[in-house]
Amino acid sequence: MSFVTVQNIFQTYGRRSIIERVNMEADEGEFVSIVGASGCGKSTFLRLLLAQERPTRGEIRIAGAEPAREPGLDRGIVFQRYSVFPHMTVRENIVAGESFRSPWGRFFGAARTEAQTRADETLTRIGLDHVADQYPATLSGGMQQRLAIGQALTAKPRVLLLDEPFGALDPGTRLSMHDFLQDLRAETGMTVFMVTHDLEEAFKLGDRVLVFDKPRWDPHDPNLYGATITYDFDARDGGIPFQTIKEDTHVLHPA
Amino acid sequence: MRLINIKPSRPLAVFLMLLPFAAVVVAYAIGSEIRLAANPSDKLLPAPSTVWDTAVRLITEADRRSGRILFWHDTWASLQRLALGIGISAFIGLVFGLAIGLLPLMRSFLAQFVAVLSMIPPLALLPILFIVFGLGELSKVVLIVVGTLPFLIRDLSQRVIEVPQEMIVKAQTLGASSWVIALRVALPQLMPRLILAVRLSLGPAWLFLIAAEAIASDLGLGYRIFLVRRYLAMDVILTYVIWITLLAFLIDWALRWLSRRFFPWAEEGL
Ligand SMILES: Nc1ncnc2c1ncn2[C@@H]1O[C@H](COP(=O)(O)OP(=O)(O)OP(=O)(O)O)[C@@H](O)[C@H]1O
Ligand SMILES: [Mg+2]
Repeated sequence: MSFVTVQNIFQTYGRRSIIERVNMEADEGEFVSIVGASGCGKSTFLRLLLAQERPTRGEIRIAGAEPAREPGLDRGIVFQRYSVFPHMTVRENIVAGESFRSPWGRFFGAARTEAQTRADETLTRIGLDHVADQYPATLSGGMQQRLAIGQALTAKPRVLLLDEPFGALDPGTRLSMHDFLQDLRAETGMTVFMVTHDLEEAFKLGDRVLVFDKPRWDPHDPNLYGATITYDFDARDGGIPFQTIKEDTHVLHPA
Repeated sequence: MRLINIKPSRPLAVFLMLLPFAAVVVAYAIGSEIRLAANPSDKLLPAPSTVWDTAVRLITEADRRSGRILFWHDTWASLQRLALGIGISAFIGLVFGLAIGLLPLMRSFLAQFVAVLSMIPPLALLPILFIVFGLGELSKVVLIVVGTLPFLIRDLSQRVIEVPQEMIVKAQTLGASSWVIALRVALPQLMPRLILAVRLSLGPAWLFLIAAEAIASDLGLGYRIFLVRRYLAMDVILTYVIWITLLAFLIDWALRWLSRRFFPWAEEGL
């Protein structure tokens, strides 16, 4: 049984079909990159995975559970913008990752101090300890995204969804964010879905690269058909497939 | 250079700022001079020095009959009504703004109703308020609330709806309940907007206050103005008008300071 199961998903807005017949499965710990033309429904697919919207048809299950009806703790998300809370300091944003699930959304007394200590450890790890008391608006784009990822991970989601998280960053910052994300992933081993417009990034980070496109196109009514997954590349081993031998072949190979 | 690109230097900016104030004072002085030259007992435009003397007398000398300095009693009574009215209005506006902005159920239930309510001219309700709540303090406070509340609710619920959907979704992925989202995400982001909305409501609030005081009261800035109107005491009226303007300006300034001091993360407005 795979971890994430997407079964025959359709999403239409009014009579505009956005995505159709999307089927896929992902194992726990897999990193799935999603690419495709602008407006083809990648963010829509992510919203469906998040359960922010419910599909017109089909269902999405995570770990075999019933399809979720609203966003919850098991799925984390980082958007391109507006992912952190502007009215909280950097430290408070991290603490929020733990405290929001409590009845008042905040910790008191000893629990508060402990959470702040943990938040400071997280901040040290994501390299934001020197700005812990500043508001997000004073941070650079890369720092804000690092904060957003750190905050999402503090809630320990089982699936992390990233919608063009590094879209607005310069190439240098982007590279260091890649390292950062790969480190975090090696540590937590969680399942990641990442939408990106950068093919190189998609193949570098992903175990798989899904391509969304419209396979059918009605010239009289472009809205009639939606996009679906047209390619599902194996992106492990630098995108060169069949590098890992699955069968027990009795042939000697380098360990 | 294009006009849109010409920015005043600091001294020029200060000069330009003071210019209209000075112009009004000078224009008044000249007008008063001309009228007094024609008729020394003219009451319409008392000389600036007369207004000043009256102001000093009003502020410092006690009323002969009651032994109180009425100026300060008027001020206190009016400010109390204003603060109470605006305070109640702001609180109710905040609660309903949050509820309507965050909860689709409440939006379907109340949004249109509030939109229709806001179309009622509050002053037209004043007689009803006097009948229902009597001529005392209550009806004046209620008029301010009735007059400012629909705007506050509509403005604040709109601001809540404008909170980026991403943040609301993000909070849900951190496990926040509707209550926590209201308390920790929407409310803090609403506070600077509340202060702004209150600043914008203060104009109407003063209007309703003075109208209510003019009609039925025995104390208050508006009451005094309409009382001395009978004797054409322009010097007293002018003193009170300038004082009300100054108070309104100071309150506005204090609220802006409050907003900057406590919500430094919010971008600055005017
Ligand atoms: N709530 C909605 N109601 C109606 N149409 C919508 C809605 N959300 C998205 N769409 C439409 O669905 C289409 C796909 O949008 P989506 O944001 O998923 O594209 P995308 O692949 O993420 O594009 P990009 O790469 O530019 O981010 C767009 O044409 C958009 O106009
Ligand atoms: Mg998108």
